Amino acid sequence: MQGVSWEYLVGHANYWLFVTLMMTGLYIVVARGNFVKKIIGLNIFQSAVIMLYISMGKVEGGTAPIFPLDGEIDPAITYTNPLPHVLMLTAIVVGIATTSLALALIVRIREEYGTIEEQDIWEAEQEISARERRQYGEVFGEAGK
Amino acid sequence: MSGQAAGDALAGHAAGAAEAAAAAERALGLAGHLPVLVVLVPFLAAPLAVLLGARRLTWPITFAAALFSLAAALSLLSGVLGGDAISYHIGGWAPPLGIEYRIDAANAFVMVIVSAIAVAILPYARASIAAEIPARQHVLFHALFLLALAGLLGVAATGDAFNLFVFLEISSLATYVLVAMGAYRDKRALTTAFSYLLMGTTGATFFVIGIGFLYMSTGTLNMADLAQIIAQQPGNRTIHAGFAFIIVGMGLKVAMYPLHLWLPGAYTYAPSAVSAFLAATATKVAVYVLLRFLFTVFGPQYTFEAAELTWVILPLALLAMFAASFIAIFQVNFKKMLAYSSIAQIGYMLLGIAMLSQTALSGTIVHLFNHAITKATLFMVIGAYVLRAGGAFYRDIEGIGRVMPWTSAAGVIGGLSLIGVPGTAGFVSKWLLVQGALEKGWWWMALLVVASSLLAVVYVWKGIETAYLRAPRDDVDRREAPLTMLVPIWIMALSTIWFGLSAEWTVGAAGTAAEALMSGASELPISGGAGH
Repeated sequence: MQGVSWEYLVGHANYWLFVTLMMTGLYIVVARGNFVKKIIGLNIFQSAVIMLYISMGKVEGGTAPIFPLDGEIDPAITYTNPLPHVLMLTAIVVGIATTSLALALIVRIREEYGTIEEQDIWEAEQEISARERRQYGEVFGEAGK
Repeated sequence: MSGQAAGDALAGHAAGAAEAAAAAERALGLAGHLPVLVVLVPFLAAPLAVLLGARRLTWPITFAAALFSLAAALSLLSGVLGGDAISYHIGGWAPPLGIEYRIDAANAFVMVIVSAIAVAILPYARASIAAEIPARQHVLFHALFLLALAGLLGVAATGDAFNLFVFLEISSLATYVLVAMGAYRDKRALTTAFSYLLMGTTGATFFVIGIGFLYMSTGTLNMADLAQIIAQQPGNRTIHAGFAFIIVGMGLKVAMYPLHLWLPGAYTYAPSAVSAFLAATATKVAVYVLLRFLFTVFGPQYTFEAAELTWVILPLALLAMFAASFIAIFQVNFKKMLAYSSIAQIGYMLLGIAMLSQTALSGTIVHLFNHAITKATLFMVIGAYVLRAGGAFYRDIEGIGRVMPWTSAAGVIGGLSLIGVPGTAGFVSKWLLVQGALEKGWWWMALLVVASSLLAVVYVWKGIETAYLRAPRDDVDRREAPLTMLVPIWIMALSTIWFGLSAEWTVGAAGTAAEALMSGASELPISGGAGH
């Protein structure tokens, strides 16, 4: 690996931002117990990816990729790459769909469990499975007798 | 003067080309558009089913769309079995800029699996969801089913990496909702769907990051184009990183062993028809994507020499085969047992990938098909049990073999295929995997495949013992499953036997697919391998 110079650090600023945001988002998804907070983390995670793509499309000295109406493109003009931006429009739509579905699920979870805290739900589910094991588990215990 | 002539010639040439293109377009007709129609028809039928609003029309529309997809997929498969590929340009935009649908033997085969399972499950689902989902949701159920189907078919059909992500998310989002619909029987379906959503989205986002890294270094999203450019850039760190992100992301969707946590809950608490559809298709399509990226985009050379992937995938596959089978033995819920067994079976598919020989790879592809029909049979049998006995616990199905003899007999066939008994479909694929291992001189691997099948004997036997050797409970509905369920169950059960006895078609198609995937890397030494 080449020596880490000041230019290297500054020149990759967008990537540092992306890495930090991505890790923050993923950490929130894993570490937070509240389901809404998890979704916020997921959104930060996805936003980080959007930033990665947007900065990827940037061409140094490039301008907005809008061609003149007469279709005569001046080869001297540098345009930025619009494709990653367009891809991210799709990714944003996917992200919105995911978020709204997740929030709808959270509403339903809250209706059924009365809480949206992971720990409480985990305990409630442990209780259900323990009850199931008591009720259904001895099928093969009997077989051994 | 000469410039003028050249200009005229150029214009004439352009006009000629346009005319030729238009003529080709006309000649293309409906049949030429099959690669996109196979995806588009179920995709458009989904909103149609909702907008028409008439509950009586929903099912016929859904079934017709699925049937069309099956017919289209079959016709596409018959077109590419010779070894060539069909390239379809969406909207007439030529790749690599335009989105290309590229059909070859591998993805045509996957599309046939997915649409055939959908066609078999839809008639079955009518009685099953009537008992498990409230009537007001049935229209939405069918719409979501179609969206999931369209998404899965789209993932298989597309030759564009980003387009693949979009279809993956379409099918996944529909799947999360379908799983959550199990909440009317068990509220845990909701939390399961939620954690499935978290993990699935994380996986998909990892996949997009990987695609981004590839795009950064290659400037293209077309898979064939990516493959060419990646081959010219060995040792590119960005591509390495993209590779890692894609494998981990798809690993989540495949339920590769340590990333499988979403699967048992999702299969257990989803409505029975959904479990059957998911178990038979969703992970299979994800395995296909993994194959596509490992072999077509990165190329076996890159994948298995640069990344030493064999020694990553192999231990995980073995862990899945043993640990998941072992966990399956101790379940009290029949459905959950099958879910863990699915993780183990995915281990077999990964094993075939890791072994990296044409025989083993065709074993993986045949196992995609065979495991799909086997697991569909078993989950459909469970659905029939749930309908009559009210639950999927072993307790609920004690002695049910005498109460529901036909359903249970199909279950036994499915169980035998799960073990890999000769004469069933499961045997064919395991045989190919064992052969692949022996070809490599890895006799220990062959032994391990057999040993993990013995674990399958234990959990399948537990089911058979409960169903046949116990006295039936008095409080269960003592009727056989309705015919609408029994017929699809038996079609699946008989096809497990059919494809176990006459394996030429599946093995032939899988062989062509494996050959296409492995082309250019026939004799790859795997460094550090035993027997070399």
